[in-house]
Amino acid sequence: MKAFYAMVKARTMEFVRDRGSLAWSLVFPVVMIVGFAFAFSGNSNTLFKVGLLGSDDPGFPFLKTPQVQFIPYVAADREALMNKLRQHGLDAVVDTAAKTYWINDQGKNTKIVDLLVSLEAGSTPYQRDVVTGAPVRYVDWLVPGVIAMNLMFGCLFGVGYVLVRYRKNGVLRRMKATPVSAFSFVTAQGVSRFLIVIVTSAVVYEGTNLFLHFRMDGSYLDLLLVTALGAFSMIALGLVFASRFKNEELAGGLLNLLTFPMMLLSGVFFSLEGTPQVLQQVAQAFPLTHFIHAARAIMLEGSGLVQTAPDVLFLSAFTAVCLGLAAWLFKWE
Amino acid sequence: MTPIMNVTDLEKKYGRLTAVDKVSFGIPEGICFGLLGPNGAGKTTTIEMMEGITDPTAGTIEFRGKPIDSTFRQKVGIQFQHTALPEFITVKETLEMFSAFYPNPRPMAELISLCSLDDILERDNQKLSGGQKQRMLLALAIVPNPEIVFLDEPTTGLDPQARRNFWDLIRGIKAQGTTVVLTTHYMDEAQLLCDQVAIMDHGRMLEIDTPDKLLHKHFNGAIVRLPGRELQTENLDKTMKELLAEGSDLTGLSIHKPDLEDLFIKLTGSTLRS
Repeated sequence: MKAFYAMVKARTMEFVRDRGSLAWSLVFPVVMIVGFAFAFSGNSNTLFKVGLLGSDDPGFPFLKTPQVQFIPYVAADREALMNKLRQHGLDAVVDTAAKTYWINDQGKNTKIVDLLVSLEAGSTPYQRDVVTGAPVRYVDWLVPGVIAMNLMFGCLFGVGYVLVRYRKNGVLRRMKATPVSAFSFVTAQGVSRFLIVIVTSAVVYEGTNLFLHFRMDGSYLDLLLVTALGAFSMIALGLVFASRFKNEELAGGLLNLLTFPMMLLSGVFFSLEGTPQVLQQVAQAFPLTHFIHAARAIMLEGSGLVQTAPDVLFLSAFTAVCLGLAAWLFKWE
Repeated sequence: MTPIMNVTDLEKKYGRLTAVDKVSFGIPEGICFGLLGPNGAGKTTTIEMMEGITDPTAGTIEFRGKPIDSTFRQKVGIQFQHTALPEFITVKETLEMFSAFYPNPRPMAELISLCSLDDILERDNQKLSGGQKQRMLLALAIVPNPEIVFLDEPTTGLDPQARRNFWDLIRGIKAQGTTVVLTTHYMDEAQLLCDQVAIMDHGRMLEIDTPDKLLHKHFNGAIVRLPGRELQTENLDKTMKELLAEGSDLTGLSIHKPDLEDLFIKLTGSTLRS
């Protein structure tokens, strides 16, 4: 235990004193958030977006309006759909089975959508229903994504890349010559990195919140738990990378090959809604997707752990599998 | 007296290459044992097998009459040829971390005085000079209070002053009763420090004995050198008179007492392959 504590301490100090890495891990996400928030503050999407429950209805010509993008949903997603409408993610929701459409009375396109529906009502008019909710700004939506992305980089490179460097320059070999076990050494690296990413994430969160005042509808404890689970899953994935490689360039390249698709497809900056199914399915295999999804559900919809259970379970299983794989594959040299 | 370590028919193969070819030797307790050989002779592979870092292909390694086991790690001190130290932490912090790994670490004050670390205690590992780094690595090797310490080419790349200082440190550690196993390709170093030397080449053990006995065995008398000529002689007086009688030009003559370097070159058939 004494040895373990000594290793966690040494690794953490190594990070804190490395001013460059420390500054980068704090400044990078803030710059990202502020930059993207400015760049996309205007709504560049000229289409109306309407959620569609149920099958097509030939008796309702509105469904054929070319200027409207209809996004099909299954009945099970009804609650998520209504939340999206409340947060101004959709301009309306149509249920062809219930012959009802919903609009948000605070939505900026509500009047036009109402007009379109009445013009294209067809033979059997749909019932009009109203939900209420303030819009979710892009920045509210962006913050969990960027913090999660920063955490992903911190974990994968901070554990994966650093252990490969240690293997190459002989630090691991020196540790192998001591009574310290590989398990204890690697766990100490993981614990140190975990503490670092949780603290830096909290600092970035509070730091950006000071001037962006973003939305947080859920419980901080739930958010912390999901963040911890996200960090575990990324550290575990980093350990798989760190288990064998001896070449930093190769490990770095492979880590980039892994982090870039995650960054692009896990919905950090843009929602994948409406993109080809295959992309969405690929994204479901990434831990970052589930981490961001759960964090957004907590922050923007006030979900608890029960509602985010599928993501929580995925992250737990992913962590367990990666840890097992890393333990099985790990070699000092 | 039983040797502290005993190696029998030790062999290491990497694919088709035989790095160490069935070597056997014993190391008496409390001595400084030098393993000499040109680069690529198999010195490092041999001591890494003895340290328990590399698994042998065949052969046995015994520590105090028993095969090495998991407790061996706590009794052995190791200084590798190439090791990076954790960055951004100081010498003192690194020593503290290593001290936490062992049940009975050597007290910090003793480490500092044995390895002359006073002036660099608060320095970042990254900012150590070559000699300072070697002193630091030696300190890490003796943190566990080892019964035997392995030093793999500890003075390679050091300036003459730093090498001499390092020799004093090794003598100090030996004076405490610790057995020292040293690899080097500096023959002056081996001659000064080692009670016994083993000379290896191409994975084989060529000779093993005290430096004096080895020199006695292979050389008699002196080596007389003239430009372009080298004579080994048992009777210096007779040789000199013969040279005068045959009217040789004695400008540039030197008389040299054979040392380990002469023996090394005689045995390995080459100059130091560095």
